[in-house]
Amino acid sequence: MTIAAKPAADPAGRSSPAAGRPRPERRRFMHLRYRLDLKASPYLYIAPFFALFAVFGLFPLGYTAWVSAHDWSLLSDEHAYVGLGNYQTLLSDPYFWNALGNTLSILLLATVPQLLAALLLAHLLTLRLRGQTFWRMGMLLPNVASVVAVAVIFSQLFGRDFGLVNWVLESLGAGRVDWQTGSATSHIAIAVMVAWKWTGYNALIYLAAMQAVPREVYEAAHLDGASRMQQLFHVTVPMIRPTIVFTVIVSTIYGLQIFAEPQLFGGGGPNGVTGGASRQFQTLTLYLYEHGFNRGFEFGYASAVAWTMFLVIIVIALLNYLFIRRIRSAS
Amino acid sequence: MTRPDLAAAPAPDTDSRWAGRTALPGRPTHRARARMRALREQPGRLAYLTMVAVLFFSGFPLYYSFVVASRDNSALAQVPPPVLPGANLVANVERVFATVPFGTALWNSAVVSVSVTASVVFFSTLAGFAFAKLEFKGAKVLLLAVVATMMVPVQLGVIPLFMLMVELEWTDTLWAVIAPGLVSAFGVFFMTQYLRGALPGSLIESARMDGASTFRIFWQIVLPAARPAAVVLGVLTFLTSWNDYFWPLIVLSSPEQQTVQVALSTLSGGYVTDQALVLTGTMLATLPLLAVFALLGKYMISGIMQGAVKG
Repeated sequence: MTIAAKPAADPAGRSSPAAGRPRPERRRFMHLRYRLDLKASPYLYIAPFFALFAVFGLFPLGYTAWVSAHDWSLLSDEHAYVGLGNYQTLLSDPYFWNALGNTLSILLLATVPQLLAALLLAHLLTLRLRGQTFWRMGMLLPNVASVVAVAVIFSQLFGRDFGLVNWVLESLGAGRVDWQTGSATSHIAIAVMVAWKWTGYNALIYLAAMQAVPREVYEAAHLDGASRMQQLFHVTVPMIRPTIVFTVIVSTIYGLQIFAEPQLFGGGGPNGVTGGASRQFQTLTLYLYEHGFNRGFEFGYASAVAWTMFLVIIVIALLNYLFIRRIRSAS
Repeated sequence: MTRPDLAAAPAPDTDSRWAGRTALPGRPTHRARARMRALREQPGRLAYLTMVAVLFFSGFPLYYSFVVASRDNSALAQVPPPVLPGANLVANVERVFATVPFGTALWNSAVVSVSVTASVVFFSTLAGFAFAKLEFKGAKVLLLAVVATMMVPVQLGVIPLFMLMVELEWTDTLWAVIAPGLVSAFGVFFMTQYLRGALPGSLIESARMDGASTFRIFWQIVLPAARPAAVVLGVLTFLTSWNDYFWPLIVLSSPEQQTVQVALSTLSGGYVTDQALVLTGTMLATLPLLAVFALLGKYMISGIMQGAVKG
């Protein structure tokens, strides 16, 4: 209780009475206020975060499960309980499986090359390049553009008739590609958009992790005659594994929720919502949007989609984690 | 924290890493010198060439959108396609403003992003201060909860969130976009990490001895000390908020309430895609960000890199 001896001034910051010794009751009151301030302030300071996050983040996510068990539409006041009915419909809808397949395909095409490129770029940046800030800013530039801007720009570049990509292909002797119509080609185009925006960002994260690796490790590897490439895969990668796990999981969570790129690649209108005329690039979030907000506001069904996506994300994040742990124990 | 000054020194350059190493006391032996030389591999021409190529791929799509924005649509059909800017920029900009209320959209985006950024920075610093420097029961568990929520894909709660906005009668108002963005788990975590290292406990103790209340300590000591990290968090939050698309698209319907990203998607959603028009809009929406990036990009870089080391 050493602090109790010191509540000389009013904790609220008002100046204490001119008389050096306040009356006993007042002292006790100030002591109480001081203790209250000490005890309650921390909770008061973290309260806004937890309160707002609970209302606008956690509650909606949890309530999604409840809504998904009902035949719930914005337009009617009746919300009949249907149990797992929405999930049954969902699992028997080929369009859902189509969307899941498309999402996973785009996810893989976007994430794997992107993270590998980021790793190599970061490795390159550990060299003593002149003008580090300049190169780093150049790398991060694509990340500044919004997903909408990225999607719009690349839709133009991947255009069938006047797109620059097709022009380059043609001048190289290859044929024109109708990027949007094909399933694989549209996935590639969308994956390029994602990779373009995020490669530099991930490279910076890897670079930070690489800089934290003790130099002595490289010194030893160097004396053992390891080349720089060998150092990357045998020294750096094992040392920064936690960071790699982090980026893989974050990219996966992001990739599973891809929306703007395919929507705008399809032109934004009805063709965008379905992800092309034959749903060749409709992702899960587009499927959710289609049912929840584009036709009929089927909230119950769309919630089932959302909750299923949530489970898919958890499963894939877990698989990622286990997979990478296995690699570690194997090596 | 071993590197409390990280955010204060915006772009942690690799050279500092070597500074300590080369300044070893005493004369280095011949062998040590050779080893150091080998380790300090100088980048060859290939390294620079690769970086130039990377820079080209980073910048070209943005540059090309400017080329298209400064031309009329017929120019795009030319073979080979134009790679230099034309003279049609002003006309295209006028057409953008005539097609959608783009000025209003820019204003709406500014209102949303500025409010969200101010709120996130303030509440994150407040909570970060509590987690980093105040003692209270359950602090560890609660901080763990913050970290866990960073990974939660809250976008998947859009349907109840939309229902909530209908209930509050906030649909089609900017409130609907601002409210869910007011706090950020990443922000709280980021500020906690920063304040742990940047704020000496003795400073707070002595302020307490002088009779300062906790809030006064926050206001007069913590806020000024948090400024470097606040800039980093502010830039990152501003960009995220400005670029947000999925939720604004759902909850904002009338043209007068749309943010820039939604207006942009409206622009690109026409039956006949008017490329010059769409890319002019894209350029207008991206220019403010490029300005922010040019001014504060190095803070962004240090923010991303710090998040990586500590996250």
